[in-house]
Amino acid sequence: MTAQELYEKLKPIQEAKGYQFNKDLEGTTLPLLEGLLVNKNRYGYMVCPCRLATGDRDKDRDIICPCEYREPDVAEYGSCYCGLYVSADWNAETVPHVYVPERRPAEKFA
Amino acid sequence: MAEKIKLYALTTCIHCRNTKEYLKDCGVDYDCVDVDALQGEEREKVLEEVRQVNPNCTFPTLVIDDKVIVGFRKDEIEEALKR
Repeated sequence: MTAQELYEKLKPIQEAKGYQFNKDLEGTTLPLLEGLLVNKNRYGYMVCPCRLATGDRDKDRDIICPCEYREPDVAEYGSCYCGLYVSADWNAETVPHVYVPERRPAEKFA
Repeated sequence: MAEKIKLYALTTCIHCRNTKEYLKDCGVDYDCVDVDALQGEEREKVLEEVRQVNPNCTFPTLVIDDKVIVGFRKDEIEEALKR
């Protein structure tokens, strides 16, 4: 599967849940989807492209995309940590685009 | 001008890629470690290094001389490079 195919497959599903893909397709969305595919090959599951996975599915469960932190991050910042999923307002630029800090507790890291 | 620049990154992370791009545009030499490409002891050793400067172990982690910048923060990087 290519990043483009993954994009087309996920878009309707995620929009139905109220999440849009970052409108910067070439610079952000497609490279991040590519990262998910790389991680799928590496680990067998699509762990967040911007976090270091352990390779142990149970330990990585909270950062398997869409991660557990997407909802609170998009609610607070309009974007998830890696920038793949955003709110409609974020894409419409009616809210500021700010750096999203890591919400995941430090002890969960490798 | 900054002397020692080290970037800890992930090959799959767009913010890491943007950081590399920005450093290239600035024309600075830097050491780069793609942590997700490492395995076993080598990865553990590098993670220990990262934790020393960024206990949260997130990426990108950029060390410019004694300054640590976590995340792709262009203004902070520009500032640190000037010193």
